[in-house]
Amino acid sequence: MATPNISSDLFQNQPSRSIDQEDICITCEDFSLSYGTKQALFDINLKIPTNRATAFIGPSGCGKSTLLRCMNRMNDLIDGINISGQMKLHGQDINTRDVNVTELRQQVGMVFQKPNPFPKTIFENVAYGLRLQGITNRTEIEDRVEWSLVNSALWGEVGDRLQDNAFSLSGGQQQRLVIARAIAVRPQVLLLDEPASALDPISTLKIEELIAELKSQYTVVIVTHNMQQAARVSDYTAFLYLGKLIEFGPTNVLFTAPGERQTEDYITGRYG
Amino acid sequence: MTDNKKIGFFQSGTPWVWLNAGAVSISMIMVIGLLVLIAVRGLGHFWPKAIWQIEYAENGGITKLIGERAKTESVSARQLREAGVKHNFEEEFVERTLLKIGNRDVYGFDFRLTLSPLENSASLPQDLIVLERTEWGNFYGELVAIEENGVSVQTSMEDLWDELSPRVKRVDELRDRISKIEKSEIGAINFKMEKLRLQTRAMELAGRDEADEKAGMATKKAALDEDYEALKSRLDVLYAEIRRDAVTLHVMTGEEVSINLSKVVKATRPNAMSTLTKVGHYFGNLIDFVSDDPREANTEGGIFPAIFGTVMMVLLMSIIVTPFGVIAAIYLREYAKQGFVTRLVRISVNNLAGVPSIVYGVFGLGFFVYVLGGNIDQLFYPEALPSPTFGSGGLMWASLTLALLTVPVVIVATEEGLARIPRSVREGSLALGATKAETLWRIVIPMASPAMMTGLILAVARAAGEVAPLMLVGAVKLAPSLPLDMNAPFLHLERKFMHLGFHIYDVGFQSPNVEAARPLVYATALILVAVIILLNLTAIYIRNHLREKYRTLEQ
Repeated sequence: MATPNISSDLFQNQPSRSIDQEDICITCEDFSLSYGTKQALFDINLKIPTNRATAFIGPSGCGKSTLLRCMNRMNDLIDGINISGQMKLHGQDINTRDVNVTELRQQVGMVFQKPNPFPKTIFENVAYGLRLQGITNRTEIEDRVEWSLVNSALWGEVGDRLQDNAFSLSGGQQQRLVIARAIAVRPQVLLLDEPASALDPISTLKIEELIAELKSQYTVVIVTHNMQQAARVSDYTAFLYLGKLIEFGPTNVLFTAPGERQTEDYITGRYG
Repeated sequence: MTDNKKIGFFQSGTPWVWLNAGAVSISMIMVIGLLVLIAVRGLGHFWPKAIWQIEYAENGGITKLIGERAKTESVSARQLREAGVKHNFEEEFVERTLLKIGNRDVYGFDFRLTLSPLENSASLPQDLIVLERTEWGNFYGELVAIEENGVSVQTSMEDLWDELSPRVKRVDELRDRISKIEKSEIGAINFKMEKLRLQTRAMELAGRDEADEKAGMATKKAALDEDYEALKSRLDVLYAEIRRDAVTLHVMTGEEVSINLSKVVKATRPNAMSTLTKVGHYFGNLIDFVSDDPREANTEGGIFPAIFGTVMMVLLMSIIVTPFGVIAAIYLREYAKQGFVTRLVRISVNNLAGVPSIVYGVFGLGFFVYVLGGNIDQLFYPEALPSPTFGSGGLMWASLTLALLTVPVVIVATEEGLARIPRSVREGSLALGATKAETLWRIVIPMASPAMMTGLILAVARAAGEVAPLMLVGAVKLAPSLPLDMNAPFLHLERKFMHLGFHIYDVGFQSPNVEAARPLVYATALILVAVIILLNLTAIYIRNHLREKYRTLEQ
């Protein structure tokens, strides 16, 4: 099968493995969602493996961001949303009444399309989630801020100016700061909603390298428009189209030998 | 061809630019014109004015007039004739001058009109002096003699002035000491006496009759009486001191008038002053104006209590209105379900801002003063009844009324500020496991704080200039004491206060001597504008600081 715009050496580092051999982190079972009368997701069945990077691809409006936002219940904020089916984190449904949303969000962190640092210092941005958890010990906070900035590959650039305003950073640095802020609270899952779409190529590269690092410790779910990015950073890829999950599988398989006609059309650029 | 050109001209947008620029210019001219008028009329008042000596042809003879030229205008001769003035002027227009001749106690009036053709000569003799007095206004005349304890001080005529100045200064110092004793020390004793009286009354009302307590109070009262007597005798000595000197002056009608120096605040010889001395006096007068108490039904002296009352009331209002407005706005924008009811509330709040202020005054009087104040008096101050404590207008009710008046402004501004906080920042906080309240408290409210300050700035600007409601809820012509003093509990919210806006109205329209008071109206207006500008600048400074601190993506 021809994949003209994806070269196969992208997948060198990715072992071919079946989803059945993986430890599963998030499970969607017949998951549907509608905004009022408009249905956005149709019976999604999906298993997201632990400590792997999973990419959601698909044309605009296909529901990939919506699905991502359901994983830490960010859609709660929107009025008129109805869901059915189940979304499970380690086998436990996250949409039941007894789930504490704030605890869920501490376990499932999220990074948005546009960098959204708080109007505080760099240090306080990263320390924000820690302070929310009630950590007041100064040395502990300092240690974790440093750890987060080191792990988000930002320490070298900002280590000596932690008291500067976060808005003094460049866009790419801001996005890595936001990732540092998210990992500071030690989540299990990191949801990235088109994290590099507002950045220049060099910043994008840095973010991609960072994702490659992060997936050894976190379950990373990334929504992207850029198929090469999906191919480069992810182990598994899901293709969504018009609210339906068309195909899901190991990235190298999906890109080199897609099982569905629609997937092939999309990744070869015939639509989307 | 011409048609095309015309369309081109309109399409170019040039007329619009001109129209807009014109509108801006007109607004600027109006604002600047207003400020300049107030500043010139108000600030001119403090300049030491020349004292003219005029030989005036009147009633077939020559009269000598001494006074300041307060206002000069051109009047047509015909108009004068019609007004009943018999004359045979050749000019079509004559200058009519309003001469401030002062000495109200001697002549019975302190202004008169003169017509320029009848002025035989006008000169500025160096030795004319002006006495600013504690009562009866200014006095103009020539110094004849100084008496100490009824005995004339022997000195040459040339040295009399040099003899006078130190004596005026001495009187000034004595007056300061007297007022300090009367106001703070005797004031404190009176305050304690009143408290003691109220305690006694409270005991009576409670039906208690304990001998110990009564005896204790009697001792306290005796001690206070003793203190009072001591102060009284000190005062008597000072009063005797201050009455030591007197001056005799020659006035324009030829009489000699003796004035006790204890009644003199300031003595000047404006005609003999150099420009530099005048500048010195000018600033001295200006400082006196903003730092002294008013005299003579507010037409003389300073306006310090009014400045103090205005600032105090505005600050108190800010303290009340900010939390109320902000909390209401947060509920409306962040928590309330957006729907018909919220829309209704929002419309009502916006309309509340358009209700005439006097209506708030009436509400303040009816609800705050009579209902709330009356009940507070019944519950907490029954011993003072029937004289009201909180049951009559006062600083607190005025501040509350104005807070009510300005709360819509704060709500609207805060709501707009909250609406402008980007959704992405809120989501960022929520995604880290913050609850809605935490997000609000740590992120949203700090980011919206510049908008809250904007609301407060608008509120302050509106409240500081408001007069009508204050007349009903606590501003008075003359407040016996400031709402802040050294007697516990230091801040007396129940007290009546003076207000610059009300002061302007009072001096301008309710004073017995409108001509003399007119410059004070402008000067007070200028001070009011200055106070508002100062308050606003402070708030704007804080807001800009906050803006800088919470600068976000969009800005």
